[in-house]
Amino acid sequence: MEFEAVIGMEVHVQLNCKSKVFCGCSTNFHAPPNTNVCSVCLGMPGAMPVLNREMVTKSVAVGLALDCTISRWSKMDRKNYFYPDQSKNYQISQYDLPINHDGFLDIEVDGKSKRIGITRAHMEEDTARNTHTLGGGHSGVDFNRCGLPLLEIVTEPDIRSADEAFAFLTELKQILQYLGVSDCNMEEGALRAEANISIRPKGTEPFGTKTEVKNVASFSGTYKAIEYEIARQTQVLNEGGKVIQETRGWDDDRGVTFSQRAKESAHDYRYFPEPDLVPIVVDEAWEKSIHELQPELPAPRRARMVADYGLSVYDAGVLTQTRAMADYFEATTALAPDAKKVANWITGDLQALISNAEGDIRVIKITPTQLAAMINLIEDGTISGKIAKEVLVDMFQSGDDPKAIIEAKGLVQISDTGELEQRIAAVLATHPAQVEEFRSGKEKVIGFLVGQVMKATQGKANPKMVNEILRKQLSN
Amino acid sequence: MSTISKSDVAYVAGLAQLDLDEAATARLVGEMNSILGYMEKLNELDTDAVEPMMHAMALTNVFRDDEVKPSLPRELALRGAPLHDDEYFLVPKILDTEGGGA
Repeated sequence: MEFEAVIGMEVHVQLNCKSKVFCGCSTNFHAPPNTNVCSVCLGMPGAMPVLNREMVTKSVAVGLALDCTISRWSKMDRKNYFYPDQSKNYQISQYDLPINHDGFLDIEVDGKSKRIGITRAHMEEDTARNTHTLGGGHSGVDFNRCGLPLLEIVTEPDIRSADEAFAFLTELKQILQYLGVSDCNMEEGALRAEANISIRPKGTEPFGTKTEVKNVASFSGTYKAIEYEIARQTQVLNEGGKVIQETRGWDDDRGVTFSQRAKESAHDYRYFPEPDLVPIVVDEAWEKSIHELQPELPAPRRARMVADYGLSVYDAGVLTQTRAMADYFEATTALAPDAKKVANWITGDLQALISNAEGDIRVIKITPTQLAAMINLIEDGTISGKIAKEVLVDMFQSGDDPKAIIEAKGLVQISDTGELEQRIAAVLATHPAQVEEFRSGKEKVIGFLVGQVMKATQGKANPKMVNEILRKQLSN
Repeated sequence: MSTISKSDVAYVAGLAQLDLDEAATARLVGEMNSILGYMEKLNELDTDAVEPMMHAMALTNVFRDDEVKPSLPRELALRGAPLHDDEYFLVPKILDTEGGGA
């Protein structure tokens, strides 16, 4: 039987506030265990949480970016469970009045656009981190992570394949980075994706029994886990078995999901309103002020880059991968009008230099003004494209202006007709055999002669002029 | 009127990790039913004209600024714990990887 997958995602995003969601403890990830803790995030009796305003602002910013309805009235609730990742035995979260609900995100897979519904995006506190490697029959608990501002984004079961899930996560991450609300570092757990996966016979409506895949450390891991889970469930059903509703972990080394045997009672969280926190009202004025500070988001920016600069969809996609790169491109092309050339320099040579140096376009020494100046020096014939590649390396290391480098190193292109004629005549004089070959019809040998001229001029001869003058002298 | 049975009490006790004997269970069945009975009584009131409230206090938007304040010295944070190793709070080894929030 042919099956189709039905997938919903739950994505936890740590919002990059300076302090925790309900107390003033630092959110620094690299602090030694249990040094960013206080009576509130340790859940000591009598300690009172107070909501971080920035948490609300950043959550609404994400909600707006995902076309959610922003709740005028919202509240926090207690989610009750026993597990040593909370000392209070409840997590403060949002239950029936999430701050954001009913939005969507459009993704593109194989050139086709698809809309993924966003059920909700609610605020909560992160939990403590458990470590199981201490020995002595104990697990250790580090409360530094407990109370970090967390936004849980839940999608509708609109995703049908691992490719769509991957596209969704990639687009979502890009939006979060554009908004600047999270560093999205997956190794540090700032972005954690879980997939609810079920399958059903193609063309039927009712959902099958789902499994939830947790603890996947990368998008490619999520992709592989979904592929595996679809294949596993298909096999179970084809063999006449039943899929068991359960949480499954992902073993990246073996490439398999494995059962984590949930206790059924663990899912009765007995939510009730958090009495220590008062309701949150995001009125129109507040929502509007957040809306006004929204940057241009990746999808509209890609479309505008294609429309405004005549870039290919591919180039626009590469240049908008980060907001910083898109900004860099736009600042450069404002001063060097050939957008396609600017795009090529940024995505080609410059990106390669940054990657090799494990750098970041936000802090490189070359300014957009300098890059534009370099490109203009090629355009006006001062340097050749080949020399420019060298100049760029120098600029990347020194941060000097291209003009200064060209002058200091004598790299100015030779475009003087008289000088080129002399140089070329000299080359021809020392290569009579090749000149004969050319004259007897072996046109190809001109490539060799151009190479000799470039060599004689240390690559500084204007290649276009060399070609012209060579042909002229050879036909004499 | 909904009533609380012995098995309801046992279920809730299980969730709350309480170990109740027969006598305590029976007592709680009575007490919880009387609380529910009181709620039923409240439900008799006509509240159509009353605006719903989310919180006992008529306050909204109590926030703090996003500023880092000093945390507790670790020694002090760990002092009340039944077991610690000067770095971590120690709990009996967690075998079941399931559970937990977030």
